[in-house]
Amino acid sequence: MVLVFFAYFALVSIAAGVLVVALRHPVHCALALLALLLHVSGLFILLNAEFLWAVQVIVYVGAILVLYLFVLMLMNLKTDERYFHPSALYFVGPAILGAVYVLYLLLQSPFDGAKGTAPPSVVLQDGDTYAVGITMFSDHILQFEIVGIFLLGAIIGAIVLAKTPKALDPEKERR
Amino acid sequence: MIPLSAYTAVSAVLFTTGLLGVLVRRNFIIVLMSVEMMLNAANINLVAFSHYLESMSGQLVALFVIAIAAGEAAVGLAIIIVVFRGKISTNVDEMNLLKW
Repeated sequence: MVLVFFAYFALVSIAAGVLVVALRHPVHCALALLALLLHVSGLFILLNAEFLWAVQVIVYVGAILVLYLFVLMLMNLKTDERYFHPSALYFVGPAILGAVYVLYLLLQSPFDGAKGTAPPSVVLQDGDTYAVGITMFSDHILQFEIVGIFLLGAIIGAIVLAKTPKALDPEKERR
Repeated sequence: MIPLSAYTAVSAVLFTTGLLGVLVRRNFIIVLMSVEMMLNAANINLVAFSHYLESMSGQLVALFVIAIAAGEAAVGLAIIIVVFRGKISTNVDEMNLLKW
């Protein structure tokens, strides 16, 4: 059952990712990105990360993607772009071969390492949100504060950048 | 039970697709979307390793990555609006002036 869900989420997210790159109209790309983000959040559920699933749906789909769509609608883009430089076709064969080889290596690797202190049984006892909160406010408090400062800087930067500029000084303009 | 390498494979494919989008597409907004896709691929990796190596730190870092992505989207879109206001198109090849 888990395997079926994993196959569904993985295949649809990869297909949506390809569509994001391949579709011509930017709004269609944004909708493909929506499908990608929702299916990646499904993968998070399979990995017992419910809190991250909620954050993904709320922050990514609810905030970031809406911001993208808002800017797209605001600017009313008419793109007539050319995708590929013709010489890029020479690299398609080697790129596919290299990608298949890397995937083969990835699927061979056992990826083992030192186990941490949060096996699924412990996490599921109090819920994922509880475990994330305890870890965040004990071991990772410094990163938490740094992210807070970063977001403040991002807000100020975005407001300053997007502000309507004052009319240019006529004195300066003449020179 | 799904092996960890399956998750890393999905993540690798998504990351490569996003990298291809950044390199190939000329529309600035779609380039930013591809960057979001690459950040998401990294998140899959972090959460998968966090689950299989039984440590919460991976999920925490994924959470911080989402916060960084939000800031990046806000500032990137503000830059697009400024560039578009100057009647320059959103084609990344035509954005070659640092002052305007």
